[in-house]
Amino acid sequence: MLTVENLTVQFPGRFGTFTAIEDVSLTIERGEIHGLVGESGAGKSTIGAAIIGLLQPPGFVSNGSIHLGDTDLLILGDDEAHQTRGKRISMIFQDPQTSLNPLMTIEDQLIETIQTHEDISTEDARSRAISLLEETGIENASQRIKAYPHQFSGGMRQRVVIALALCTNPELIIADEPTTALDVAVQSQVLDLIRGLANTRGIGFLLITHDIGVIAQTCQNVTVLRGGQVMEHGPTQQVLNAPEHPYTQSLMAAVPRLDVKLDRFLVPDTEEGVETAPIGRSAEDAERWLRSGDEMLGQGLSMEGVTVKFTGARDSLFRKPEVFVALDDVSMTIRPGTVMGLVGESGSGKSTMAKVLTGLVQPTAGTLKLNDSTLPLARQRGRKDPSRRVIQMVFQDPYSSLNSRHRIGDILAEPLWLYGLENDRAKRRDLAAAMLDLVGLSADAINRYPHQFSGGQRQRIAVARSLLARPRVLICDEPTSALDVSIQAQVLNLLKDLQARFSLTILFISHNLAVVRQMSDDITVLKSGKVVEAGPSEAFFNDPQADYSQELLSLTPNYVGQKGVASQTLVTEV
Amino acid sequence: MMSRFFQSDGVYYFLRTPSAIVAAIIVVIIVGGAIFAPWIAQSNPYDLASFSLMDGLLPPVWQGGDPRFLLGTDNQGRDMVSSILYGARLSLFIGFMSMAIATVLGVGLGLAAGYYGGRFDAIVMRIADVQLALPAILTALLIDGISRGLLPPSVQQDLRVVVLIIAIALSLWVNFARTARASVFVERNKDYVQAAMIMGQRPSRVMLRHILPNIMGPLLVIMTVDLASAILLEATLSFLGIGLPADSPSLGTLIRIGMQFQLSGEWWILWVPTIVLAALVVSINILGDFLRDIFNPRLR
Amino acid sequence: MAYFILKRLFQSIFVMLAVAFLAFSLFRFVGDPVSQMTGVETSVQDQEQLREELGLNDPFVVQFYRFTTDILKGDFGYSYRTRQPVNEMIASRIPATIELGITALMISLIVGIPAGVYTALRTRGFATQTILLTTLVGVSIPTFVIGIVLIFLFGVTLGWMPTFGRGGTVDLGGWTTSFLTLEGWSYLILPAITLGVYQLTLTMRLVRAEMMEVMRSDYIRFATARGIPQRKLHYRHALGNTMIPVITIIGLQFGGVIAFSIVTESVFQWPGMGLLFLESVRFVDIPVMGVYLVVIAFFFVLVNLVVDILYLMIDPRLRVKEAI
Repeated sequence: MLTVENLTVQFPGRFGTFTAIEDVSLTIERGEIHGLVGESGAGKSTIGAAIIGLLQPPGFVSNGSIHLGDTDLLILGDDEAHQTRGKRISMIFQDPQTSLNPLMTIEDQLIETIQTHEDISTEDARSRAISLLEETGIENASQRIKAYPHQFSGGMRQRVVIALALCTNPELIIADEPTTALDVAVQSQVLDLIRGLANTRGIGFLLITHDIGVIAQTCQNVTVLRGGQVMEHGPTQQVLNAPEHPYTQSLMAAVPRLDVKLDRFLVPDTEEGVETAPIGRSAEDAERWLRSGDEMLGQGLSMEGVTVKFTGARDSLFRKPEVFVALDDVSMTIRPGTVMGLVGESGSGKSTMAKVLTGLVQPTAGTLKLNDSTLPLARQRGRKDPSRRVIQMVFQDPYSSLNSRHRIGDILAEPLWLYGLENDRAKRRDLAAAMLDLVGLSADAINRYPHQFSGGQRQRIAVARSLLARPRVLICDEPTSALDVSIQAQVLNLLKDLQARFSLTILFISHNLAVVRQMSDDITVLKSGKVVEAGPSEAFFNDPQADYSQELLSLTPNYVGQKGVASQTLVTEV
Repeated sequence: MMSRFFQSDGVYYFLRTPSAIVAAIIVVIIVGGAIFAPWIAQSNPYDLASFSLMDGLLPPVWQGGDPRFLLGTDNQGRDMVSSILYGARLSLFIGFMSMAIATVLGVGLGLAAGYYGGRFDAIVMRIADVQLALPAILTALLIDGISRGLLPPSVQQDLRVVVLIIAIALSLWVNFARTARASVFVERNKDYVQAAMIMGQRPSRVMLRHILPNIMGPLLVIMTVDLASAILLEATLSFLGIGLPADSPSLGTLIRIGMQFQLSGEWWILWVPTIVLAALVVSINILGDFLRDIFNPRLR
Repeated sequence: MAYFILKRLFQSIFVMLAVAFLAFSLFRFVGDPVSQMTGVETSVQDQEQLREELGLNDPFVVQFYRFTTDILKGDFGYSYRTRQPVNEMIASRIPATIELGITALMISLIVGIPAGVYTALRTRGFATQTILLTTLVGVSIPTFVIGIVLIFLFGVTLGWMPTFGRGGTVDLGGWTTSFLTLEGWSYLILPAITLGVYQLTLTMRLVRAEMMEVMRSDYIRFATARGIPQRKLHYRHALGNTMIPVITIIGLQFGGVIAFSIVTESVFQWPGMGLLFLESVRFVDIPVMGVYLVVIAFFFVLVNLVVDILYLMIDPRLRVKEAI
């Protein structure tokens, strides 16, 4: 049905012409869900945009052809192309929060789209819209259709988006990361919906994603992209379980496994250059410096009965502003020198816990302890409190956690200066350089600015900065969720190494259960601000106790396909 | 170091934006002329001895004027070129000073309001509300009026420039405060600021060393645009006759003087300062637009 | 929703009180009211008596309270310069300024919004570049120069329009209007254009910037991917979302219109409040200055309250809260 042949897309720019897509071919049959997978910069979204004819200028198709049925999409005039959009090809975007016009009701947006492509009365369009909403799983659709987008939750909005993409009965839908912004439970429902639509309506889907689990769960065929080129394509089973191309093999190896804990991740070659370099002489200096601290033993960290309430904005004179309970009587103990995994869906209060521990958020009740002595709460914790040095944090987004206006050397020297660990300027510099070596970056990075590094490199710098405080406790809030899977594997390996070598105590926060299994000794599951389950990690993964934990584990796409593993279980059906 | 500068995005886009280049050249010429006025002007319009009534009302050279006076003379015999150089000097001085005061005041209050939030923020923003209800020109006129009521006439003449600068600065600070505050609200939740706060750095250090450099982009745009506004405001006040007196002419004063000759055929007395003022302000605004585009990568 | 309006109302009252306080301080501390009202020949006893009668010896708070209640009752005191009641002086000038301001604002909106939309949609066309450059010149030329050019062109050279004052008004129960006669319009149009040009360029540039931002949003991209026709895309989806920030700024601009009417009125000798204010600044006629301040702030606050209500009507996110 859809045939893309030898597609090449170029972007002329300041430093010459950039070829985003080179010689890509793929076909999608009726009712087929075709996965397009690759790491960031692989050109996945560009292919989708080229097919629907919405390439961002100055990008253009320089070679190849795109056919939908018998129609050559590339020779269509502007008007014809515009009529094809929606009518025959539709699209679903990543973020349901921003994909709908906030000023129009769902009804208006649906009816408008239907009437654009079909000569049909408003009444008929409305009843079609209602039945579509019901089909996408929105109950009580005849009333809810009158609502505005902001009245729906994220998952519901994505269903509305899908209904909008469906409402003209297109042959092909391009879904660009349709579940990336959603929690696993909602993700699994939306993927079910997509599978169902492909089966019942025979719609072809091009499913663009970076998540191998999503591919395994939904797609019949898959195309693996890297740097705008096709590395490998074929039936999902075959590509995931018996990849032929070395890149696909290493990519699969880097995917964290949910079913078993491995000592280390297999790290694929990346274009960043090998960063797992053998430890150089200056790294030894850094190591010696780290060990020269007064206390080398791991320090335990615990919270007892912590409750955090946020007051919402006041919107009525007579009602009190709504109080949102972010954490409700939460207790947790991290044993010295171990890794505690903290999991939960978005809004469960994971990050609030990190903020309580680091003193950014004031709890309404509860106590904190650092190694048996009381750790002051946010407002009571002075600027010179020793815990400020002992507890360090690694953030999620390596693009915003380093001040883009400061040089790496200054960023790294700041903790040394602030905590009075090293008063000599030149020595601070040497230590910073040595620490870069320890985390696998070359020392000349010191004179550069953060924007000159990739996400993975920046995360290494962020880790180096936290180490330069000579910490005993690291709080890592989703440290790898912004990174590609191969880079994620490297950074996680680094954290594992450092933890083992310096017996650090780590609170590892993540929404990704597979990653948490690889990292942690113990685990705490959080739901709506309450602890649902806590205990040793391996026991949890082998035999979860709480209903919620079981559900969470069963919904997480489980991909078992690392090289050498004979198992052919592809999809864990729910 | 230099090579990095020339390879930077700013320089790249600058060299590809002809309007920005032309504007920059005009600004450099006028600002340069204003700074070096005492050395390049052939006469000093403040010095009665340096010009003669005998040379009054001479047209520009191409209309058959005296070759000594390229752009002609006014009714007092002052050389127009010299008057404009000195006028621009005064206008730019007032503009820069009021912009600088407004920047320090507004950015300081805005940074602190955005950083601390809560009651301090509420107070600053309510003051800003009041200031917004009294538009720039009104504030300036008001302060001017108050100073007339409060200061003895003998001091008034000497302090006119100071009063003018304060009046203009007070009417412009809100822009800076609101922009700085809005930017701080965004930056404050970014991880690099949170990291600094967790470390226990002093609030002043977090604000000045971490946040301020990251919000310089939008502030620079406002500084440029408000420099233009300040120059216009000074010209307008002087035109209304409550800015600077006629014996120390700024561009606005020159235009007011020129108005008298609008109908009598000596067009250059009005139009030469008008065109210079417009060219200066247009150029500054073009540069402001250019900066805005540079700092808003999404508009590129 | 009601709370939103109520909150704004409180803010407005605060602004009014602050401005009233400013006006009062002006009256009380800039120059001595008594010596302003009396001549040199008035005896010290008489002056002291007048001071007592005016209540100038009362505690500060009492004086401010009296000042505020007087204003609420419409009693604005007497001008130092003309010895007339200030409320009569202002009242006779209000229609002229309001009509000038409204006409200018209309010009700015009727021309500015379409021009902004056009230049946002055709970002690279020749017409767009021309409009953009023209407006840049528009914001850069002082209002008074535009006035002078218009007077010179249409008044002096072509002789089409009068350039001075406000002839041809009709009295509608105390409100003199220029709107009802052709002659009235002929006097109104040049000052209104002069005043409107600056606001027009601001409106246009703002609409353009906001529209370009909206056109880049996900929901516009999604609507494009659904094949919604260009016209609907632009005027139904994009323009509505553009207007939300634009309306706020237009409310704030109204202050600018009134303020710059001072300049316009001075150039065209338009007998409005601005001209009165300018005269009072020149003669340090504090009561008139203070009252003008209060009146301007009142208009500003009023317009912005209307804007807030408009805002509620346009944006369902403020109107409908409950999730479904």
